[in-house]
Amino acid sequence: MPPAAPRSGDAIFASVERVNAELFTLTYGAIVRQLLTDLEEVEEVNKQLDQMGYNIGIRLIDEFLAKSNVSRCVDFKETAEMIAKVGFKMFLGVTASVMNWDADGTCCSIVLEDNPLVDFVELPDTCQGLYYCNILSGVIRGALEMVAMKTEVTWIRDMLRGDDAYELQVKLLKQVPEEYPYKDDE
Amino acid sequence: MDTNDSLRVASLWHSMHAISQQLSPTTGCSEIELLEADTFDLHIFQSLTGTKLFVVCEPGTQHMEALLKVIYELYTDYVLNNPFYETKIPIRCELFDINLTQAIQKDRVALLGR
Repeated sequence: MPPAAPRSGDAIFASVERVNAELFTLTYGAIVRQLLTDLEEVEEVNKQLDQMGYNIGIRLIDEFLAKSNVSRCVDFKETAEMIAKVGFKMFLGVTASVMNWDADGTCCSIVLEDNPLVDFVELPDTCQGLYYCNILSGVIRGALEMVAMKTEVTWIRDMLRGDDAYELQVKLLKQVPEEYPYKDDE
Repeated sequence: MDTNDSLRVASLWHSMHAISQQLSPTTGCSEIELLEADTFDLHIFQSLTGTKLFVVCEPGTQHMEALLKVIYELYTDYVLNNPFYETKIPIRCELFDINLTQAIQKDRVALLGR
């Protein structure tokens, strides 16, 4: 049987069940507010959001692979395109674009045109160091780790902090192929 | 198959899979997809994350790859989306079991209808 063709982000987004966007934004906002109350330190909240995102990412990747039918990406450039065009579209309903590639093709920026997490949000002065959407960086890091890539994901631009767009920098640190618990020649 | 048998088959298969990758006579070969024996066939599906799903069926059963893809989707929907499921322990998710049985019944009916 011929393998099924990969599906586009739009097609998958249209076929899955969706939730009210306000409910989603409010739920995420409630999580961030509670973390701020519990942890008090903005840096701790950033770390916790990243960890939560990581836990989501390691599970989300299988759903992404199952629904989108993609085959193994040839290089990191293709991986980044997949995340931006299919991943973000499928899960958040937003289009993202990839830009600012470095010379070896291991570091790029993903720019989000729209961000449902931050609708109606304004950061107060007391939370100026907060990366409100840090869960997204954790999700990408977790997901890529499950497909054998160790990455570092950081926010370059954040509209809640006064910039003009949401820009995530994704840097490939190394490829980590699956290790088997036996050694040759021993 | 009870839980212990499943664990035994799974761990046996994980090692065999690793060994077969090294032994493969053709280059560029990534994994075993099908094992044909006298009394059964064993089909394997491996996702890009390394998760392996396998199905034991009667010899000559068709369209097992499609069934494995469906099961993979069910796994991502009912097992991975369950916040109380911990990885690396046997799956005990009722919704997954129910949907899995339904998928297999549907597949069987579809096959008989052909």
